[in-house]
Amino acid sequence: MQIEKTAHAAENKEWKPMIVAFCCNWCSYAGADLAGSSRLSYPADVKIIRVPCSCRVNPMFILRAFERGADGVIICGCHPGDCHYTTGNYYTRRRMALLFSMLDFIGVENGRTRVEWVSAAEGAKFSATMNEFTAKIRSLGENVRLGDLRCRN
Amino acid sequence: MQELKKRLCELLSDGTVARVLGWRRGETSFDPEPAFFGSAEELSDFVYDGFCGANLSKMMIEAARLEGKTAVCLKPCDTYSYNQLIKEHRVDREKTYIIGVGCRGKLDIDKIRALGIKGILSISGTECDGDGDTLLIKTVYGDKSCKYADAMLSRCHVCRGKEHKIYDEIIGESRDTTDGDRFSEVEKLEAMAPRERFEFFRRELSRCIRCNACRNVCPACSCRKCVFDSNNFDSAQKANVDPFEEKMFHIIRAFHVAGRCTDCGECSRVCPENIPLHLFNRKFIKDINTFYGEYTAGEDAEAKCPLTDFDFGDAEPGDVTSGR
Repeated sequence: MQIEKTAHAAENKEWKPMIVAFCCNWCSYAGADLAGSSRLSYPADVKIIRVPCSCRVNPMFILRAFERGADGVIICGCHPGDCHYTTGNYYTRRRMALLFSMLDFIGVENGRTRVEWVSAAEGAKFSATMNEFTAKIRSLGENVRLGDLRCRN
Repeated sequence: MQELKKRLCELLSDGTVARVLGWRRGETSFDPEPAFFGSAEELSDFVYDGFCGANLSKMMIEAARLEGKTAVCLKPCDTYSYNQLIKEHRVDREKTYIIGVGCRGKLDIDKIRALGIKGILSISGTECDGDGDTLLIKTVYGDKSCKYADAMLSRCHVCRGKEHKIYDEIIGESRDTTDGDRFSEVEKLEAMAPRERFEFFRRELSRCIRCNACRNVCPACSCRKCVFDSNNFDSAQKANVDPFEEKMFHIIRAFHVAGRCTDCGECSRVCPENIPLHLFNRKFIKDINTFYGEYTAGEDAEAKCPLTDFDFGDAEPGDVTSGR
């Protein structure tokens, strides 16, 4: 998970959000594929990371993404009931509800985190979701730096 | 305490138990420490008073690997942690003799110091079987006094109740010391703006010295190999690799015990920097109660933990976070 904030390097450039999308291999990644082959566009700010199942997403992955400068994190998985592993996404749903609520509690607004169910046949939904989410992150602006007070220069 | 001590002596001498897990007098009268006692003679150091706040449940994991039965003194709130450990198969109930000890709230020496009482030599009125609601404190500056309730640990103001959830016998009377709302601090923070909350937690967590005391004391943190000890994890070293580590540590620590935390409040009690770590745990408990129905970890040893369970009709993460 090598995420570098390169877009932000040149000062005269306009700020571009960095968005990490965790997509499950069986539904959402195929949905993204369909969006591509249907020539539906979604912003280049979204970086897709393929995971075997949405429940593979360890809370640490999300914290790491924010640590490395992500402005928003979205998790896409199969619709409830359609999980390739039968019940994986039900666990994701509980875990992420709690984690996102906690992130909101420590000051990462809940607009920056999202879970969306996208099936392999929903290329249009994938593209629409990503456009919508990117617009939301743009309106929220840059994320808070989760760093330590003592390390601030 | 004498009755308790006498009973422990009996248990040891008639061979019912091989050892006793309790508290031993520390260097001063207000810092007793958890200890194992192997014989009736060793029990002369045994102490149980208002400063015995330490939760002994976690040490029963160690005791489960020892030969013979262990008698352990558990306060009402500690029995929740013990139940939770049974559920996780970390302790051996067969090798445990649980003595439910009476509790009327535990004391915090820092609270007494915060009242402006310095140079403390000794404190009387701390007995658990006592009735007095005043502490008499001998200091180098003369005799002082304060109310028992004012010197109580913050966690005792939101007491879990006086009922022992699991025991073999009960010695002493317990009292419910609740005089505050358990979730009021969390609610106060929730009402703040995201930036304010962020500043609050940055201020609090920036004091963390990564001593790992909160993890080591936590009865729910019982992994033999902890993720934070892994060489692949940055926090394995004390020096900061990046400025994010304390936050990462505390969020992950709280997430690991989410749904298993019994809110015993040990993390906040042992923190040398007085970081209100229980806020993270209580936030998770509050969320679990709101989203998935009332759940009390450790109330019994059977119920399924909310994070290893699911319901087809669970709320979507987007709804629950924006619905507040």
